[in-house]
Amino acid sequence: MSTHAIKNDLHHAAVEEHAHHGLDNKAIFGFWCYILTDLIMFAALFATYAVLEHNTFGNIGIRQTASLHFVLVQTLILLTSAFTYGLAIVASKKNAVNKVMLWMGVTALLGLSFLGLEYHQLSQLAQAGHSWRNSAFLSVYFSLIVIHAVHIFIALLWAVVLMIQLPKQKLTDTMRTRLACFGLFWDYTVLVWMLIFFIVYLMGAI
Amino acid sequence: MDKLRHIFKLLCFSGVVLLLSGCKAVVLDPKGWVAKQELHLLITAVLLMLIVVVPVLVLILVIARRYRSSNKKAKYTPDWAHSNTLEAIWWAIPCAIIVVLATITWKTTHKLDPYKSLAVGGKPLTIEVVALQWRWLFIYPEQNIATINHIEFPANRQVQFLITADAPMNSFQIPQLAGQIYAMAGMQTKLHIIADQPGTYQGRSVSFSGDGFSDMKFTVKATTDQAFNQWVQSVKQSSNVLNDETYRKIAAPHEDEAAQYFASVDSNLYHDIIMSYKMPSKQPVAVNATVKATQITN
Amino acid sequence: MLEHLIFGKLTLGDIPFDNPIIMGAGAFMGLVVLAVLGSLFYFKKWKWLWSEWLTSVDHKKIGIMYIILAFVMLLRGFTDAIMMRLQQAMAYSPHMGYLPPEHFDQIFTAHGVIMIFFMAMAFVFGLVNIIVPLQIGARDVAYPMLNALSFWMTAAGAILINVSLVIGDFAGTGWLAYPPLSELAYSPTVGVDYYLWSLTLSGIGTLIGGINILVTIIKMRCPGMTLMKMPLFTWSVLCAMILIVVSFPLLNITLFMLFLDRFFGMHFFTNTMGGNPMMYINLIWTWGHPEVYILVLPAFGIYSEVVSTFCKKTLFGYKAMVYATMGIAVLAFSVWLHHFFTMGSGADVNSFFGIATMIISIPTGVKLFNWLATMYRGRITFSVPMLWTIGFMITFTIGGMTGVLMSVPGVDFQMHNSVFLVAHFHNTIIGGVAFGLFAGLNYWFPKIFGFRLHEKLGKCAFWCWFVGFYLAFMPLYILGFMGMTRRLDHYSAASGFHPFLVVAAIGAFVILCGIIFQLVQIAVSIKNRESLRDVTGDPWDGRTLEWSIPSPAPFYNFAETPVVDSIDPYWKEKQEKLSHPEAVKKPVYKDIHMPKNTAVGFLIGVTTGIFGFAMVWDMFLIAAIFGIASIAIIIARSFNWHIDYYVKAAEVEKTEAQIRTSVETQTQVV
Repeated sequence: MSTHAIKNDLHHAAVEEHAHHGLDNKAIFGFWCYILTDLIMFAALFATYAVLEHNTFGNIGIRQTASLHFVLVQTLILLTSAFTYGLAIVASKKNAVNKVMLWMGVTALLGLSFLGLEYHQLSQLAQAGHSWRNSAFLSVYFSLIVIHAVHIFIALLWAVVLMIQLPKQKLTDTMRTRLACFGLFWDYTVLVWMLIFFIVYLMGAI
Repeated sequence: MDKLRHIFKLLCFSGVVLLLSGCKAVVLDPKGWVAKQELHLLITAVLLMLIVVVPVLVLILVIARRYRSSNKKAKYTPDWAHSNTLEAIWWAIPCAIIVVLATITWKTTHKLDPYKSLAVGGKPLTIEVVALQWRWLFIYPEQNIATINHIEFPANRQVQFLITADAPMNSFQIPQLAGQIYAMAGMQTKLHIIADQPGTYQGRSVSFSGDGFSDMKFTVKATTDQAFNQWVQSVKQSSNVLNDETYRKIAAPHEDEAAQYFASVDSNLYHDIIMSYKMPSKQPVAVNATVKATQITN
Repeated sequence: MLEHLIFGKLTLGDIPFDNPIIMGAGAFMGLVVLAVLGSLFYFKKWKWLWSEWLTSVDHKKIGIMYIILAFVMLLRGFTDAIMMRLQQAMAYSPHMGYLPPEHFDQIFTAHGVIMIFFMAMAFVFGLVNIIVPLQIGARDVAYPMLNALSFWMTAAGAILINVSLVIGDFAGTGWLAYPPLSELAYSPTVGVDYYLWSLTLSGIGTLIGGINILVTIIKMRCPGMTLMKMPLFTWSVLCAMILIVVSFPLLNITLFMLFLDRFFGMHFFTNTMGGNPMMYINLIWTWGHPEVYILVLPAFGIYSEVVSTFCKKTLFGYKAMVYATMGIAVLAFSVWLHHFFTMGSGADVNSFFGIATMIISIPTGVKLFNWLATMYRGRITFSVPMLWTIGFMITFTIGGMTGVLMSVPGVDFQMHNSVFLVAHFHNTIIGGVAFGLFAGLNYWFPKIFGFRLHEKLGKCAFWCWFVGFYLAFMPLYILGFMGMTRRLDHYSAASGFHPFLVVAAIGAFVILCGIIFQLVQIAVSIKNRESLRDVTGDPWDGRTLEWSIPSPAPFYNFAETPVVDSIDPYWKEKQEKLSHPEAVKKPVYKDIHMPKNTAVGFLIGVTTGIFGFAMVWDMFLIAAIFGIASIAIIIARSFNWHIDYYVKAAEVEKTEAQIRTSVETQTQVV
């Protein structure tokens, strides 16, 4: 086969690829890259946590920050939210905009209640004289938890924007891509919480 | 290309001449076992690398000259882009050199570990070192004296420095006797050295630590056993003593190089300085360290 | 209360009116800004500036803006360098030079930060932006709007650092701001805050840019261009972008933790309360060492392109080059501890990291041998890019040798923190990175602007830089052996440092001549652009896709998506054209999908820049307004559903025909 024939074949392949519509692969791949960077950032925080964990400087350690029951409730809330968002994606595959809205709403409410619990726990700690200023351990503990909470907060903001856009836009390719990216982000925040649950709370309890 | 080679030669030549005439290249003029080992290592490593570096430099110039486009006599092979033999050779040569250098590195790094006491020089004399802003406090726990910016010890006797800081990070080095080690608050590093002959050497902080860093120097005098004992006695005649109160004064930021002597020291001072950063019960000793606390409350 | 919310800590007293050097520099910068603004008004170019540049998402224009930024910051950073060299040449005691320590400290900190983040990084991103899409046959990068955002956030960081010159002060801590020195206890002024915010902004910009280029290379190569058929510049950029994606999050979070310490009174890296400064030093170097390769790998890629073009030969050992580049990228993460052997890690750890460091010299050495083999039996034209390349090969060999030397812990104990180290990293960064960027600029300039750079002036610039480099840094090697510590604002006359520092200062002035020659070269080339015009689009007899399109590249880059089946596709196409002139096909034009211009990147650059400034000075109201504004702009952007358009096939055909006729008339004139 001559090079020209090969070139023509390749050209056809290229043109066909462009004609195919669907999710924006470029966007989703890029979003995966972003999540990788975010995860590396958390890796650095976890490494710092491991180094500073015992530097309590006379203040409380990890076991006194929250009861495992409390943290377990938080964990279950987030796991449920990952499930409910999964239901939203299933609904989107069936083109049921209303159901997508419903399950996104449930997901966001679960996220909001998680943030509420988080706020309650941290503000109690700070008021009891265990604020982030009181030891290196508390600094890294508060930072880890709050930076994760900021992720959830941003996700909530994003969910609200999507829920405003969905009814008008319906499930176009663009909106499906955004829903997919949002799903990645939401699952990622849940994953980070699971890491916090295991590395910080469970291993701290041992 | 000729111009280039000429300049290069000139630079090498003038460099060597200046080095020899200056005679102040302290790293190349070691006076202690450790520094001598380190210099030996430096020379070995340079020679090893020159095995590749010199041919490469020559090749660059020769090839650039020979295959200039105006030289139509030179062979031209536009599509020659691969040769297993050649590539094997130039993967292998650097690998071989690195294997040798890595072996040397492993051995010498363990041999020259600054924490390890030396095989020479008998029982070590201990000197505790505290980096302050911006001077060096030396405590002789066995002699119960202290000095600032000046130390003396007998030549041919091993000296163990226990090093900490009540300041930002510094680095403690006496180039003619040994390499450096960092001085950090709330922890202790160690350095073992020996002077092979009596003499006066310069030491300084080599890790930037703020405005007064440039003058953070000290002098080192290696003497005989007898002269050392006399010196200790003379320090004991000093009217100053080092206690909590005088320490607060000297630990405040200063920018003068003058040496000071203290006839006696609180025996726990060095320990307290380290622990002041580690324990909540005691407040940081240094005045400047308490600045932090006030700024937080503001 | 309200006053505090608006102005924070800032008072008129924070502007150092009594310091003539700073005020002079500030006045000069103000005059330059005024002159630019004034001429914009005078020539009524506002609309042009706004619609053609500030809101542009064209990767070539963004690249040009990056390079302009890099040159401006080169001037700023080099001014710092000259000031340091003068101070050290003057300050042998009892002389104290003309700079007080607190000013000298800020200058060497600013010099390092500016040269790495805003000169070298910006320059790399400029060339990468322009060339990578052209080399892989793409019409733009993966996310054109984010590309603009990356640039404007980098620019915001650069502006912030220059504002610190006049309002308040800059960090006096060294370019990596080691705690505890950079903590509030020892650096109570806003200097370190300026440092943190300017690097945070540019760091986020770089991270987004890294993801962007990475996705572009992975997802947007033209049909037929498999990974192992990518040009080597693109390969090295791919490796560098992987390094950015993995390492810049580490920089951002580390600086953020230092910010938390300073702003919220936390204790990550403080001396007291359980903080651990050593953690910062570890974290910052897990970014810092890969950063070195982020800069030098693209430069290696440029050398590869230049060598093969100007020797008229296929690059020797393409596969080995790819493996070596990838190897360097992976190893880059296993050596960070060699920056602090002297922190007491113990012999086992030190040996491990020392040996890992040496291992990097193996793939690097192989690359050098492959470039040599490419030159061997070639036809070498000593054009400006090739001169820079040969200059690099010589200089980098020496720099590599001193680097391996310092990777031996026993030697490093002596040489660490001395000016020997300073000489070493300038040897690799100037000889490796800067030379490469200048080679790349001279090489690709015709593709970017449509005319070549003046050859003779380029050669003058090269020789000044080359000679100046050796004059400026060889004395520092010697001074290192004489025990001269880095960052000294004065030293004793008895030390014998003085004559060497005078030579080094002279070297800095020779480099200055080189920079002046470069600026004159650009000015003269613009003036003589008609006679230097590149009518063929292929001035160097190039080999890769970027030379197959007209110069300057049309805004859609490729009228027809190219199809590739070899490593040097354009070279091969030219050969085929020679042997089978009849086989050349008539192009078939199709509609081209292009992104629309948008102000989003520019506006977020502005809002985050003001946000950063407000955070430096605790202006909470302003910080809140502009922080929220930044987020609001992003949300508003997500409601914009018309972000792209199509260039009709007929229009493409018309444009291409226009280019061809203008080329023909040009050729006749010439």
